[in-house]
Amino acid sequence: MNKESLYDYILTIADNCLILGQRLGELCGHGPSLETDIAGTNISLDLIGQTRSFYQYAADIEGKGKTEDDIAFLRLEKDYKNCLLVEQPNDHFGYVIGRQYLWDTFYLLFLNELQNSSDETLSAIAKKGIKEVSYHRRFSGDWVKRLGDGSEESHLKMQEVVNGLWPYVDELFDMTGVSKELIKQGIAVDLSKLRETYFKQVSALLEEATLEVPERKYFVYGGKKGVHSEYFGYLLSDLQYMQRTYPNMTW
Amino acid sequence: MSEKEIKNLEEIFEARIARDEKIEPKDWMPEKYRKTHIRQISQHAHSEIVGMLPEGNWITRAPSLRRKAALLAKVQDEAGHGLYLYSACETLGISREEMYEQLHTGKAKYSSIFNYPTLTWADMGAIGWLVDGAAIINQVPLCNTSYGPYARAMIRVCKEESFHQRQGFESLLTLCKGTPDQKNMAQDALNRWWWPSLMMFGPTDDESTHTEQSMKWKLKRKTNDELRQQFVDQTVPQAEILGITIPDPDLKWNEERGHYDFGKINWDEFWQVVKGHGPCNKQRIKDRVSAWEKGAWVRDAAIAYAEKQEKRNQEERKAS
Repeated sequence: MNKESLYDYILTIADNCLILGQRLGELCGHGPSLETDIAGTNISLDLIGQTRSFYQYAADIEGKGKTEDDIAFLRLEKDYKNCLLVEQPNDHFGYVIGRQYLWDTFYLLFLNELQNSSDETLSAIAKKGIKEVSYHRRFSGDWVKRLGDGSEESHLKMQEVVNGLWPYVDELFDMTGVSKELIKQGIAVDLSKLRETYFKQVSALLEEATLEVPERKYFVYGGKKGVHSEYFGYLLSDLQYMQRTYPNMTW
Repeated sequence: MSEKEIKNLEEIFEARIARDEKIEPKDWMPEKYRKTHIRQISQHAHSEIVGMLPEGNWITRAPSLRRKAALLAKVQDEAGHGLYLYSACETLGISREEMYEQLHTGKAKYSSIFNYPTLTWADMGAIGWLVDGAAIINQVPLCNTSYGPYARAMIRVCKEESFHQRQGFESLLTLCKGTPDQKNMAQDALNRWWWPSLMMFGPTDDESTHTEQSMKWKLKRKTNDELRQQFVDQTVPQAEILGITIPDPDLKWNEERGHYDFGKINWDEFWQVVKGHGPCNKQRIKDRVSAWEKGAWVRDAAIAYAEKQEKRNQEERKAS
C-alpha cells in the first residue's frame, strides 16, 4: 500500500467534514429558531468529531509526528482538498439547508460504501459516521421539503438555492485524489458508482418538495484540486487565526 | 371568588411550600407567584440564549479541533438549557413568542455579564471558570425551589454547568502552564471578567428589592452578599493554582470572619450595564432581533408546510 496516496485519500474525505463543520460553526446563536440552532451545532459537532478521527489516522499513516491540528490548521489554501460545495457561504438558512442536504445525501451513500473498505480504520470511522449522517440527512431533507413546499416565498427562495448550488454537485463524484490502486485494493470507494443513485435520490426529494431539478450541465470543479472559491481564504483566516498567530503552542 | 376564599387558598399554598411540596403547573397559585416566576425563569432562559453569542464568537477561531468540539458542545448545551427553561416558563401561561418579544424590546432582562465582549481565546476559559462558576452558586439552591418544572430543569442545568466550569478552568490551566504569551492572555481575561463576575450576584442586600418574598418561595436560599462571598472564597484558591492575580488590591484573608475581604464593586458600572449601556448590550439585542427577523420566512414556511400536510392527511382519511 502506498502511504502517500492513502494519506491524500483520507484528506479528500476529511477536509469536507472540517470545512462544512466550520461553516456551520459560524451560525451558532443566529438561526431562525432555537431548535434549528441546536441541530446545526449538533451537525457541526459530529462533523468536527469525524474530522478528528480521520486526521488522527492520516497523521499515523504519514508517520512524521504531525498532529490532527497540524493537518487541520497549518496547510496552505491550495492544500485543502474539500469540494467547492461545502465551502459555499451561509447566505441564508435556505443555503445552509440546501448545501447540507446535497452533501448529506452524497456522504451517506459514500459512508455506506466506505464501511466495506478493506482498511479497518476507515471502515470503523464510516460505521460510526453512518449513524450520525443518517440523522443529518433526515434533518436537512425534511427542511428542504418544508421550505420547498412551504410558503410561496420559501418556495422561490429554495428554488434559487437549488439552482445556485447545483453547479457544485458533480464535483462530489470527481475522482481527483483517489488513486486507482486504492480502489483496486478495496480501500477507497469508486465514486462514479454512486452518481446515479445520488441524482435519483436528490431528484426524488426535490420533486417531493415541489422544486425543479436543474439540468445537468455547466458543472464547476476545482476544490478537490486545491482550486477554491474566493470565499475560502476568509474561512481559513478564521480557522487558522490562533495557530498562525501563536505558533507551536499547546491549547 | 371572595377575598376570604382567596386568602384561604393562599394560606394552603404557602403551607405547601413550607412543607417542601412542589407546586405544579395545574395547581392554583397566587398571581404574584406566577408573575415572579415568569420574570425569573424567562430572564434565566434569555441569559442562556444571549450567552450563546459571546461564546459563539470564538467557535470559528478555536485554536484546536478538540477545543472547537468542546466549545460547540458547550454552546449547544446552553441552547438546550434555554429550550427547557422556556418550556418550564410556558407552563405558567406565557408563549415563547411573547417571551422573545419581551427580550427584543428590552422589557425582559438577561444576565448583564453577557454584555461584555469576548476579546481573546482565554475569555472562553474565563467564562467557563468564573461566569459558569458564579452561575452554579446562584443556581444550585434552585434545584430545590418550589416550582416543580423550574426545579427539575435546574437539576439538569446545574450538572452541565458544573462540567463547563471544570472545562473552563482546565482550559485556563493549559494557558497558564504554556508560554508567557498564553499566560498573559489568561491574566488579561481574569482582569476583565473578575469584577463583572462579582456583579452577577446582583446588588447588595440592602438594595435588593425581591429578596424577602423570593426566600419564602425558595427562589432564593441565601442573599446576594452571602452568595458573592461564597464565590470569592471558592475562587481565590483556584486563581492561586492557576498562578494568576485577581485584580483587587484589597483582597485578603480575614481570619476573624473566616472569609476573604474584597474591594468595593463599581456599582455605577453595574447599573449602567443593567440599564442597557454596557459595551455590547445593543449588539447582543441586535443579533437576537436580526436572527429572529431573518428567520421569519423559515418559520412561516414550516407552518405553511405543516398546514398543507394536515390537509393532505385529512383528505387521505376521507378517501379511505
